[in-house]
Amino acid sequence: MGVLDSKVPEGPLADKWTKHKNDINLVNPANKRNIDIIVVGTGLAGGSAAATLAELGYNVKTFCYQDSPRRAHSIAAQGGINAAKNYQGDGDSPYRLFYDTIKGGDYRSREANVYRLAQESVNIIDQCVAQGVPFAREYGGLLDNRSFGGVLVSRTFYAKGQTGQQLLLGAYSAMNRQINRGKIKSMNRHEMMDLVLVDGKARGIIARDLVSGEIQRHSAHAVVLATGGYGNVFFLSTNAMGSNVMAAWRAHKRGAFMANPCFTQIHPTCIPVSGEHQSKLTLMSESLRNDGRIWVPKRKEDAIAIREGKLKPTQLAEEERDYYLERRYPAFGNLVPRDVASRAAKERCDAGFGVNKTGEAVYLDFSAAIKRYGKEKALTSGIKGADEATIIKLGEEIIEAKYGNLFQMYEKIVDENPYKTPMMIYPAVHYTMGGLWVDYNLQTTIPGCYAAGEANFSDHGANRLGASALMQGLADGYFVLPYTIGDYLSDDIRTGPISTDSPEFEAAEKDVRDRMEKLMSGKGEHSVDYYHKRLGKIMWNKCGMSRNEKELKEAIAEISELRKDFWENVKIPGDSNAKNQELEKAGRVADFLELGELFAKDALTRKESCGGHFREEYQTPEGEALRDDKNFKFVSAWEYKGEPKDAKLHKETLKYENIELKTRSYK
Amino acid sequence: MKLNLKIWRQKDANSKGKMVEYTLDGVEGDMSFLEMLDILNEELITKGEEPVEFDHDCREGICGTCSLQINGEPHGPDRLVTTCQLHMRKFNDGDTIVIEPFRAKAFPVIKDLIVDRSSFDRIQQAGGFISVNTSGNTVDANAIPIDKHDADAAMDAATCIGCGACVAACKNASAMLFTSAKVSQFALLPQGQVEATDRVQNMVRQMDLEGFGNCTNTGACEVECPKGISLENIARMNREYLAANMKG
Repeated sequence: MGVLDSKVPEGPLADKWTKHKNDINLVNPANKRNIDIIVVGTGLAGGSAAATLAELGYNVKTFCYQDSPRRAHSIAAQGGINAAKNYQGDGDSPYRLFYDTIKGGDYRSREANVYRLAQESVNIIDQCVAQGVPFAREYGGLLDNRSFGGVLVSRTFYAKGQTGQQLLLGAYSAMNRQINRGKIKSMNRHEMMDLVLVDGKARGIIARDLVSGEIQRHSAHAVVLATGGYGNVFFLSTNAMGSNVMAAWRAHKRGAFMANPCFTQIHPTCIPVSGEHQSKLTLMSESLRNDGRIWVPKRKEDAIAIREGKLKPTQLAEEERDYYLERRYPAFGNLVPRDVASRAAKERCDAGFGVNKTGEAVYLDFSAAIKRYGKEKALTSGIKGADEATIIKLGEEIIEAKYGNLFQMYEKIVDENPYKTPMMIYPAVHYTMGGLWVDYNLQTTIPGCYAAGEANFSDHGANRLGASALMQGLADGYFVLPYTIGDYLSDDIRTGPISTDSPEFEAAEKDVRDRMEKLMSGKGEHSVDYYHKRLGKIMWNKCGMSRNEKELKEAIAEISELRKDFWENVKIPGDSNAKNQELEKAGRVADFLELGELFAKDALTRKESCGGHFREEYQTPEGEALRDDKNFKFVSAWEYKGEPKDAKLHKETLKYENIELKTRSYK
Repeated sequence: MKLNLKIWRQKDANSKGKMVEYTLDGVEGDMSFLEMLDILNEELITKGEEPVEFDHDCREGICGTCSLQINGEPHGPDRLVTTCQLHMRKFNDGDTIVIEPFRAKAFPVIKDLIVDRSSFDRIQQAGGFISVNTSGNTVDANAIPIDKHDADAAMDAATCIGCGACVAACKNASAMLFTSAKVSQFALLPQGQVEATDRVQNMVRQMDLEGFGNCTNTGACEVECPKGISLENIARMNREYLAANMKG
């Protein structure tokens, strides 16, 4: 296996984590006070890790580009968080959650990590309730659950359509308690510009104060990167405008391997693009697929008439509609996993059945659910022989209670009432399963540099199941990293404070300054957004929902050319020694322009279809993904070697000792 | 549509600011307010001028980063939305739109339309938490049943996004709605009872130290709050505060 050692403990799957925790070295409480840890990113993974590390006694410094840790993009997660609590008594267990996650990820994730995630999931709910997170409850006062795609049990805990917000505010409150105690120093409006290595170990970062423009050196005994995913390489995505890959990419260039960069999740239920001015896309929670039915017209003429505004969807009778997910996947229906649902929508739209002006949208229809709930409510309220209007009114009230904020959001954006006319949705980039390669301890290939949450690659394989991102972020931050990092830090109890006056810090700072100066010296006429949009178009058209060899090769060449143009010509007004949002964006886009090329190279190398990675050359006659376990049952871990296209591939072969590899079927 | 924009420009915290007028053409109803500003900035950059800086991030109304006082109202004329969710279809061709930063002593301007809201963080740090360590062996989540109505009311209070519109809307620049939302969330839950006394006293003390004004119950905060946080929370915090002070 060469340089990649996953450090997965020996022993039976269910005992590995407990055994590992018993075997690893600990740092005694008095020594923890002498150890500094930097946490970059304050979302679910970073915020929870920072709070827990500080509770344990370490000195923590957190960094976020936002004006407050509470604003990290975890906040936008809507639908929920999975946990194998089996509160519904429907046969759920850690094993079943583990199995669903491995299968959902199309057998490209690491067994031991996923099992640990499933084990820790139950603790997360206990911890969050203890913190005062107001999860949804039933009338009996106990916690409520709902279903998400790709599973046959109800294990998703939620707080209306704002689960991410409530969990993040929980982690933020835990951080606040430690800030109040002086154990966390929270550096907001600061961006990590580079990672500093001393004697081969991560020993600090170079950061930029985004308000003053000051370049700063910060040292620590270990650095945790919890900086999220890189979906914004597509320009249009559901990520926040500021979400970026800079921290992870800087670490990659300093020696951390980047794993499976081409594994990207395209979420099926987003509000379709309305025009060229669009700056970002808005997700509609997957929970909507619990009650919404997805369809397009059966006849192409009807689709065309709808696109031209001559026909309304509500005018089409039941038999004139094609509920294509229910037709193709009877067992899972509208709740197939995200990759399957997205590809099916694209297939219908490519075949000419798309419904909005652009032809890139399908319907998500709640009329059946409104009637179903209305009838039930009429019965339980003792209304006999309720008429249609009453039933619909009652049903709409139930739907409003369940999804009110999502319906309101849709109406504000699209200016149509989704209670009366079906929603229009289309897939959009949402999450990246790929990320920094980490071992079982969440350590990257750089000693002392850890990656947690979406920033690492380990748990979701080639496709993530709904409501699993929050679970992974919090499992990593609350329950995994704070313990595994001690094993590494136990060697550092006598090291003492790390000086920032070393030649290594000096050189890293100089690199950062040179880079900024080069960015500011662009001679051309185009803004940063111009380049970002062009990169996004290349990525979406050639590395998006379906990929092929020819277009991937074109993408590599085009991105490389665009990057050269960018570095020579990008136009950034203002000053580098002051607040400058264009310069901030430029630094981030510069890294996307490198990552995009590696992304395409990774997709080109993986000659199979699995999860979110669909290569047109590798599909079944029915158009389903054709996985190749014989040749591609491995994690691609890329080592930086100058230009992204020269990156060197290392393979971590995946071993499945507890699960039999099967063709994923949701039929 | 074509718009006349009057925008507050200020180089940094120490410089004097002023209103600057811009004309912007080609604005469409489907654009969000921030996308309209993106287009203005693209034009300014092409001309070699410095773009207008404003805070924004998620652009879906949940992170609380975007702000802006639009025609005198925080987050503009629409109700229950943040600026990023405000669409240009709410405006007409030829309109003049005045865009200013949120104004409050406790929210100093950083640059152009960006203000410093770290005072909000400090209020939360003073007591907006339940002191429970991460252990993985706290009691089972279902061991404490909570009345659904209380849980729902706690959730309604907890949806505050910390944007600061309540402060910007208030003639006294009071942060009572913001502070009371967190106090209420915990006051409604059994987990929050243990530290209730210290929490409300510490958070109110910090709120006063930051220079926010007093509450005179005008209710402007509730009207302008993009998340519809209710004034009831202020009443609940007042009760909590009174009870805490009587305990001593």
